[in-house]
Amino acid sequence: MTATLNPSPVKADPALRVAEASVQIGQRRILDEVSFELTPGTVTGLIGANGAGKTTLLRAILGRQALSRGQIAKHGRIGYVPQKFLLDPDMPLRGRDLVGLGLDGRRFGLPLPSKAKAARVEEALRQVDAQSFADTRVGRLSGGEQQRILLAHALISQPRLLLLDEPLANLDLRSAKEVVTLLSRLAAEHELGVLISAHELNQLLPVMGQVVYLADGRAISGSTDEVIRADVLSLLYRHHVDVLHVHGRVVVVAGEGDQVLS
Amino acid sequence: MHGFFASPAVQLGAGIGAAVAIVAATLGVFTVIRSQAFAGESMGDIGTAGGAGAYLLSVGPVLGFAAATTAAAAIMELLGVQRARGRDLVTGVVLGAGFALSALLLYVATTDNTTSGTTSTVMFGSLFALRSSDLALTLSLAAIALGVTLALFRPLLLASTDTDLAAAQGLPLRLLGFAYLLALAIAVALAALTVGSILSTALLVGPAATALKLTDRPLRAVVYASVIGIGAVWLGLVLAYDSYDWPPAHHGWPASFFIVALVLCAYLAGGGWRRWADRRAA
Repeated sequence: MTATLNPSPVKADPALRVAEASVQIGQRRILDEVSFELTPGTVTGLIGANGAGKTTLLRAILGRQALSRGQIAKHGRIGYVPQKFLLDPDMPLRGRDLVGLGLDGRRFGLPLPSKAKAARVEEALRQVDAQSFADTRVGRLSGGEQQRILLAHALISQPRLLLLDEPLANLDLRSAKEVVTLLSRLAAEHELGVLISAHELNQLLPVMGQVVYLADGRAISGSTDEVIRADVLSLLYRHHVDVLHVHGRVVVVAGEGDQVLS
Repeated sequence: MHGFFASPAVQLGAGIGAAVAIVAATLGVFTVIRSQAFAGESMGDIGTAGGAGAYLLSVGPVLGFAAATTAAAAIMELLGVQRARGRDLVTGVVLGAGFALSALLLYVATTDNTTSGTTSTVMFGSLFALRSSDLALTLSLAAIALGVTLALFRPLLLASTDTDLAAAQGLPLRLLGFAYLLALAIAVALAALTVGSILSTALLVGPAATALKLTDRPLRAVVYASVIGIGAVWLGLVLAYDSYDWPPAHHGWPASFFIVALVLCAYLAGGGWRRWADRRAA
């Protein structure tokens, strides 16, 4: 089930159009007719609890998960930042090398030194403020540092679409705020459609132009004011939920008030 | 020692040994990065059957090793060893079947008087017993494996780092994995020719693992591993040649023993250097 509230006037050329995408694995419906579009230059939050289908949706967009129904239309390159990135500390790959592979990882032949390439790598590192640790092996960086390197890896190929799987999950509040601000700035500067999956929506509220809210494989999309409402989310969850505003934060709770949903 | 460099057997062994060391080291770097040393080991063990079969059919050992390891690569691809990491059980079962076949072929070969040294040669190699008729095939196979790996260097490196990142760039992961397995099959067959099927993993993984301790950069790791591999093979040859005067039998010690021992020494030294460098940096 999908409902798009007050469909905004059709903008030219969305970076991504997901139309009635369904994924069924065995008897289980992981995604149920999910539809939404990503507008270049805006940050979209893909919000849902664990198991709601966020990762499956991202994998489907990447082409790693076949749809049982529906379509996903992509325009231009996709940059992807995975959630878990476990790399052996012994792997001989510096942050700088991984960013370089974002630029020419598809090319044949050896990665011979090139001034033009080094300049672009440096520029990508600068954009995400990762220059100070770019010469350390990726496997030895902290989670937040790895994330910045992966972001530079994704950005250097000049994508139109940037997918991030739970980028805030393992960050402390301050780093999370920095990353959110950075992503918002990059979206505006590069006309990027940015899709950020998260199980908690408050950190994304200040920058989110659009929200895709997932529950049990069903999605509802629109602006935050349109979607994060008790009547709309109750319809999505198929039982009564309340949306509470507490000191500028939004809390979604089940009707009885004993279960915080988001 | 002056007889050493003049000996045609030594020249052939040194030449082939160097080519093999480069191929093994290059594939070894990817094998270590991809954590697929067990696949390499399995190929070597299954290669034993090919080596023994080649003796029975009186064809060159390179052909036997390469046929067996390539078949092993195809089986691994069919079983999906790479797609589901940790399918060690399946690999283990196939491996057992390969060993059983090796046991049979080696038994038949050794009961035939004309091929009495077969078991030792197949399993532990014999650099001094290489035949010049094997040279062309050996070098061609080496060129193919090296060519494929260097041409696919960047896509393979990205796919070996993280499959999701590679998929986001639209790389054909399965095709890349299979190309790597085939190149690995050749590398293992060549290593089996020089140090024997049982010890082939040492030449494959040892120099690569050492190089990864010495450098942070992937391309340099390949160069360092090649240099370490060639060094071990050549120094091993010298020591094996010298050992003809050594006790107990004055028959000479097997070159593969020296080569693998030297690889181990290099690995230990590399590990020590790394710890020292890390402590100094900290």
